[in-house]
Amino acid sequence: MAKYLLLKHYRGAPAPVNNVPMDQWAPEEISAHMQYMADFAARLEGTGEFVDGQALSPEGTFVRYDGEGRPPVTDGPFAETKDLIAGWMVIDVDSYERAVELAGELSAAPGAGGKPIHEWLEVRPFLTGPPTITE
Amino acid sequence: MDEVLLRTLTPTVIGILVRRGADFAAAEDAVQDALVEAVRVWPDEVPRDPKGWLVAVAWRKFLDAARAETSRRRREVLVDAEPPPGPGEAVDDTLQLYFLCAHPSLTPASAVALTLRAIGGLTTRQIARAYLVPEATMAQRISRAKRTVSGVRFSQPGDLGTVLRVLYLVFNEGYSGDVDLAAEAIRLTRQLAAMTRDEEVAGLLALMLLHHARRPARTGPGGTLVPLAEQDRGRWDTRLIAEGVDVLQAALAQDRLGEFQAQAAIAALHADAPTAEETDWVQIVEWYDELVRLTDSPVARLNRAVAVGEADGPRAGLAALAGLDPALPRYAAVAAYLHERDGDLAVAARRYAEAARSAPYLAERDHLTRQAARLNARLRG
Repeated sequence: MAKYLLLKHYRGAPAPVNNVPMDQWAPEEISAHMQYMADFAARLEGTGEFVDGQALSPEGTFVRYDGEGRPPVTDGPFAETKDLIAGWMVIDVDSYERAVELAGELSAAPGAGGKPIHEWLEVRPFLTGPPTITE
Repeated sequence: MDEVLLRTLTPTVIGILVRRGADFAAAEDAVQDALVEAVRVWPDEVPRDPKGWLVAVAWRKFLDAARAETSRRRREVLVDAEPPPGPGEAVDDTLQLYFLCAHPSLTPASAVALTLRAIGGLTTRQIARAYLVPEATMAQRISRAKRTVSGVRFSQPGDLGTVLRVLYLVFNEGYSGDVDLAAEAIRLTRQLAAMTRDEEVAGLLALMLLHHARRPARTGPGGTLVPLAEQDRGRWDTRLIAEGVDVLQAALAQDRLGEFQAQAAIAALHADAPTAEETDWVQIVEWYDELVRLTDSPVARLNRAVAVGEADGPRAGLAALAGLDPALPRYAAVAAYLHERDGDLAVAARRYAEAARSAPYLAERDHLTRQAARLNARLRG
């Protein structure tokens, strides 16, 4: 088994095919989308492949150390050009192929007009501890 | 086996061990161990005197731990100190325990965790799951909290205000995992209310009961948020409402108003309305005036603006909103609501979308996005 992070972006990923902001959808289309996401997570729990899923607020701040005795420096809210992560799901699956298959299904979540969003999701393998047998 | 009975006995038994000379941290550990043993043994045979059983087992666990950790000399002092159960054990130190677990030297997160363990009798694992943190993290939080209060004398008078804030925090966390924190907060507040005549303890209990009564109606299919005006009032728990109103009336009769009583009064007025349209908004505005006077809280002022909008019309609500800081949480959502009532759908839709972006909870964000979508659909016509 291997863990993968499925990353969803507010900004920074290529534009999806069905690119309509959610507040322009019909209310029942929003409900259908939420239901699809919940069903997807429930199904992965059922198959023993779900680890975690979280959504992030669009508000964020870059912070760095600014030397002894000084408060950290912050650059305030993200500038418009920066990559912005909306949320993630962690899955634990048998293969990379399975991770890609699941990301594809998640990207098919319905959006405006009830049609799939075709949203770009990023699939990132976790770096884990080395296996016991390495040769 | 009655797990709630077991958990109800937890603070009493800790108190008895402390009176026998154990320090709080060790007593608390020993009682946790005894609870684990009770869960294992009681299903076969529930002891005739559950409290006596727990005291005996916890005291033995405490001595075992003391033997393992302290010198022979210290141990003898402890063994000598073991008194026969006597009149001293009739005193219930549960109230003292509430004060200790909500001691002002603790951070809110630590006080919450310690309260749930030492008074609620929950295991570290249950608390960790309820707050979605790893068990080891929660164990550290609890043991650090115990170290922080280790110098506090048990008999020192405590601050009820901090206790109430801790219980309020537990209640507001709602429910996740296998422990219903809202129900647990009510149980602990009920227990506290039975030990003191303080009117704000009663006020908080009433507030919790009245909000808990609405819980079945508060979420729709898939966990969607159902706003107060749209809730199916037939699903409100009338028994809890009746109890909450009784508790509140007894508190108000003491004529020492506090913020929890004022909040409970507002909740009671909502509970009292057979339909959303029949809500007595004029009286609700008056209670918000009291609340603002008592707390000077910007959040209370924001909620007051909503009530003013209902009582005197959306323009009056918007005027009440005008003086407040737009950076307040939910400011945009309130503005959106009032603008919609005022017929300005375009502005309302924009403010709802803005509110969704800054919403602190997922269900709230989805709800606000839906509101924006609903208005945008109407605007497209």
